[in-house]
Amino acid sequence: MDALTYVRKAPAPEEAPPLLSSGALAWARTNLFSSIGSTSVTLGCVALVAYLLPQLAAWATTRAIWSASDGAACRQHQDGACWAFVVAKWDYLRFGSYPGAERWRVDVTEAIGAALIVWLLWINAPRRAWGAFLFFVAYPILALILLRGSSWFGLTSVDTQLWGGIFVSLLTAVVGIVFSLPLGVLLALGRRSSLPAVRLASVVFIEFVRGVPFITILFMANNLLPLFVPETWTPDRLLRPLAGIIIFSAAYMAEEVRGGLQSLGRGQYEAAMALGLKYAPMTGLIVLPQALTLVLPGIVNNFIGLFMDTTLISIVGATDFLEAMNNAIKDPVWAGPTIMVTGYAFAGIFYFIFCFGMARYSAHIEKVRAKGRM
Amino acid sequence: MSSALADDDRRDDAAIRFIGVHKWYGSFHVLRNISLTVARGERIVVCGPSGSGKSTLIRCVNRLEEHQRGSIVVDGVELTDDIKRIDEVRREVGMVFQNFNLFPHLTILENCTLAPIWVRKMPRRDADELATKLLARVRIVDQAHKYPGQLSGGQQQRAAIARALCMTPKIMLFDEPTSSLDPEMVKEVLDTMTALALEGMTMIVVTHEMGFARQVADRVVFMDGGEIVEMNAPLPFFQHPQHKRTKLFLSQILHIQH
Amino acid sequence: MDSAPAKRSSWLNDQRVRELAYQILLLALIAVVVWGGIYNAVVNMRARGIPMSFGFWNDVAGFDINLHLINYSNLSTYGRAFWVGLLNTLLIGLICIPLATLLGFVIGVARLSPNWLLSRFALVYTSVMRNTPLLLLLLFWYNAVLKSLPGPRQSISLDDVVFLNNRGLYLPMPFARPSAVWFLGMAVVAIVSAVGFHVWGRWRQDRTGAQMPTALVAAALIVGLPALVIAAAGVPFGFDIARLSGFNLKGGLQIIPEMAALVFGLVTFTAAFIAEIVRAGVLAVPFGQSEAAGALGLHHGLSMRLVVIPQAMRLITPPLTSQYLNIVKNSSLAVFIGYPDLVQIFAGTVLNQTQATVQVMAITMAVYLAISLAVATALNAFNARYALKGQ
Repeated sequence: MDALTYVRKAPAPEEAPPLLSSGALAWARTNLFSSIGSTSVTLGCVALVAYLLPQLAAWATTRAIWSASDGAACRQHQDGACWAFVVAKWDYLRFGSYPGAERWRVDVTEAIGAALIVWLLWINAPRRAWGAFLFFVAYPILALILLRGSSWFGLTSVDTQLWGGIFVSLLTAVVGIVFSLPLGVLLALGRRSSLPAVRLASVVFIEFVRGVPFITILFMANNLLPLFVPETWTPDRLLRPLAGIIIFSAAYMAEEVRGGLQSLGRGQYEAAMALGLKYAPMTGLIVLPQALTLVLPGIVNNFIGLFMDTTLISIVGATDFLEAMNNAIKDPVWAGPTIMVTGYAFAGIFYFIFCFGMARYSAHIEKVRAKGRM
Repeated sequence: MSSALADDDRRDDAAIRFIGVHKWYGSFHVLRNISLTVARGERIVVCGPSGSGKSTLIRCVNRLEEHQRGSIVVDGVELTDDIKRIDEVRREVGMVFQNFNLFPHLTILENCTLAPIWVRKMPRRDADELATKLLARVRIVDQAHKYPGQLSGGQQQRAAIARALCMTPKIMLFDEPTSSLDPEMVKEVLDTMTALALEGMTMIVVTHEMGFARQVADRVVFMDGGEIVEMNAPLPFFQHPQHKRTKLFLSQILHIQH
Repeated sequence: MDSAPAKRSSWLNDQRVRELAYQILLLALIAVVVWGGIYNAVVNMRARGIPMSFGFWNDVAGFDINLHLINYSNLSTYGRAFWVGLLNTLLIGLICIPLATLLGFVIGVARLSPNWLLSRFALVYTSVMRNTPLLLLLLFWYNAVLKSLPGPRQSISLDDVVFLNNRGLYLPMPFARPSAVWFLGMAVVAIVSAVGFHVWGRWRQDRTGAQMPTALVAAALIVGLPALVIAAAGVPFGFDIARLSGFNLKGGLQIIPEMAALVFGLVTFTAAFIAEIVRAGVLAVPFGQSEAAGALGLHHGLSMRLVVIPQAMRLITPPLTSQYLNIVKNSSLAVFIGYPDLVQIFAGTVLNQTQATVQVMAITMAVYLAISLAVATALNAFNARYALKGQ
C-alpha cells in the first residue's frame, strides 16, 4: 500500500484464531503450563489429588458402614466412616432431649421460620414489609409459645434444658438475628446522631462489645445477669446465652448498618428534608429501606458468622449441635476409633454446607444488584 | 542498544513497522491484517468508533497486549516473547494513559524519577534535575512535591506526560489522553502535546480531538472493526473522505466539533 | 404587612431544647437502669455471700497450672494465677500471629497465581476454613488427633530427636555453650553490617545510580559470619533431647497438646482469612498501575516491589490488624480444650472458686479492652502516616 494514503477496497475477512492461541489447548498452556515452575506445580497438584481423593472418597463411601445397630461393625472395619452412628443418633442431634411426642412443634416452628426468611430475602417479593412485621414481631411470640409450651394452648411445657442439637443452633442464630438487627439499627442511628450523649452511649456500647471475646460476653450474661436482676426474675438458663448472642451480634450489625447509612449519600437525606419529612418518617421510609438493602449481603455474612459462633454457647450449659455431637460420641454403645472422626466430619460437612450455601446466596445478591445498577 | 541487533536492523529508519498483524481476544478477531509504517518524527492520529481496536493497536507497540500473527518492529527491535527485547522497547517508548495511572503513593517528582533511577540507573541528583526540567516544561514544577490525589485532572495528565518524557523516549504513545478530563482542562494537555510534536517527537495519538489532528498530525488513520479503513494527510482526510464508513464516522464526530 | 413581632412559639418546639431533653431522658434512663442493676447486685451478692472486694487477689489459689512462664505453684496467689494466664494468652498471640501471617500470605499469593490448579487449591482451603466453626477445628485437633496419639512409651519420633505422643510435642531444648557469646556477638555484627551495607548501597545509588546487590550481601553476611564462629569453635548451642524415664519423657522442650491444638487451629483458621485479605488488597490496586510501571520499562519484579506492593500493603494493613486482634480474642476458646489462658484460669477456675464474679469479669474484660484499644491506636497512627494523601 502507498505509505501515506490508503483506502480499503474490500473488508478484511474474519479469520479463526491460530490453534494454539485460543480454545482448550491455549487455556491449558497459559493457565497450567506457562513456565517450568508452573508446569511442576501443576504436576505436583495433580499427583496430590490423584493420591488423596480416591482415599477420601473410599473412606466416606465404599468402605463406610452405612447401617448398624451398634458400634461392633464400625469397630471391625476401621478404615471407613461410621455413618450408621450418625443415622442412629440423628434424632438426638436434631432435637436434643426434646420429648419425642412434641417434636412436631419444633418442625412446625422451623418450617414457618424458613418460609418467612425466604420471603424476606427474595428481593422482589411482594409486600416484604408485611413479611418483616411477621418475622420480627409475630414470629418470636409464636415460636415461644410453640416451643416452650403453654397450658393456655394445650401444649405441654418443655423445659429449655431439654432443648438441644441442630434445633438449638438454628434457634440461637435466628433469635440472634431477629433481635440484634433492630438493636443494631438503633445503635447505628445512635452512632451517627448529632446528639453527643446518644453518640457517646452508642460508641461505648459498640466498641466495648467488639473489643472483648465472645466467651466473656457469654460468661457475663450467664453469671452477671442473675446478679443484676431481682432474685425473683432469675432468667431462664437458655435465655442468658441468647441475651449474650443478641448483645454480641447487635454490635457487629450496628457497624454493618452504619456502613450502609454512610454509603447512602447525602442526596437522599437532603431530598427527604426538602420535602418536609421529619427524622422518624425520613429514617423509616427513605433511609433504612435503602441502607438495609445495600448491606443485605453483609447482614447475611453476619448471620453465617453468628451461626458458627453458636458453637460457643455450650460453655454455659446450652446444648447446641456441636455439643450434642460431643455427647453422642461418648455413648459407650458406639465407642470405637472411627466414631470421633466420623462425628466431627459430619458436623464439619453440615456447617460447611449451611454456611457456604448462605455465602453463595449473599454473593448472588451482590451480583444481581451490580447488574441492576449498570 | 544491544549488540545482538543485526546491522540491517540498525539501518531501519522506520520508527514502527506493523506487518500483517492479527490479534484475537479468545475467538474475537480484534486486529485484522494491520500493516502500517511509522517514520521517525512522524505524528500519527488514530481515530475510529469504540471497539475498533485502536487502543489495542498502540498497546501492542509496547507489548501491553500481545499479537498472535504478523510482526511488529519497534525502533529496529522485533517484538516477541523475549523479555529482554520487550524491556528494551519499553525503555524507548513512552506511554500516556487515559486515566493517567500516576503512582498515588509517590510525589509527582518521585513518579518522574522512579524509572530513570531504577531502569536507566541514573544518580538521584541527575534524575531530580531532569524531572524538574521536564515538569517545568509542562508547567507544573510547583506541584512537584505534592501527591497525585492533590492535583487536578489536567495537572495529573501533564505530570504523566512529564513522567513518560523523563525516560527520554524515542516514540510517544497517547491512549485517549484527554477523554477523562473536564472540558476546560483539555486544552492545557493538548497544548503540551502540540509543543512536544513541534519538537520532532515521533507520536501515535489515539484521540477524538479532531482539531488537534488537523493542527498537528502528519497522517490520520481511521480504524473500524479491527482494520485500517482509510488513511490520509489531515486536510484531504477531513475534506474528502473516500470510504463510506469514514464519511459516516466523520459526520457523527464533526457535528460536535468544528 | 403585620408590623407586630411574630408571636414566640412555645419553647417546647425549640430544636435545641428538644435535643437537650432527649439526651437528658436517655441519660436518666441509663442512670435508672444502672442504679437499679447495682442495687440488685449488692442485695444478691450479700444474700449469697459473694465477696465484693478485691481481697481474693492475695488469697492462696490452691490449684496447679500445667503451663506457666513465671514461677507458679498451688501455693501461689490468685493474683499470680492471673499473671500466668495473661502471659499464656500473650504467648499464644506471639506465636500464632507470625505463623498465621506467613501461612496467610503464602496462601494469598497462591490464590493470585496464574496457575489455575494452584489458585483453586488455595480457594478450596480458604472456603473450607472460613465456613467451619473454629471450635470444631480445635476439638478435631485436640480430641481426634492429639489425644489419640500413642503414650510416651510408644512415641512417634523423628530421628529420636523430636517426639510426639499424647502428652505433647517434645522438641530439643537449646542451651548455650561457652562459644555462644561469640556466636551471638557475630550475629549482631552481621545484622548491623548488613543494615549498614544496605544504607551505604542506597547512598551510593543516589549518588551514582549504580545498584548494589544488598539482599545477597546481607544474606551472605548473616549466614557467613556466624558460620565462621561455628567453624572455629564448634556449634555454640547444645540441645537437651527428651529421654524416656519410667513412664514419661523427661527433658527437652515440651509443648503440651492443648497448646499445640490451639496453635494449629488458630493458625490454619486465621490464615484463610488473611489469605483473602491479601488477595483483595492486591486485586484492589488498579491494573493500570502495573501497566504504567511496565510502560516505563520497569520489569515485573521492580514493578511489584516499587509500585504494586506498597499500595497493596496500605490496603491490607487495617483488616490484617483486625485479624491479629481476632487471634487474641479467639484464643479464649482455650477454655474448651483446657489450655490455661487468661479466660480459662481467671474467668474459669478463679471465678468458680472465689465467686467474685463482678470483679473477675471486670478485670478480664478490661484486659481485652486494653489490648483492643492499644491496637486500634497503633492502627490509627499508622493510617495517619501512610494513608494515600488527597483521597
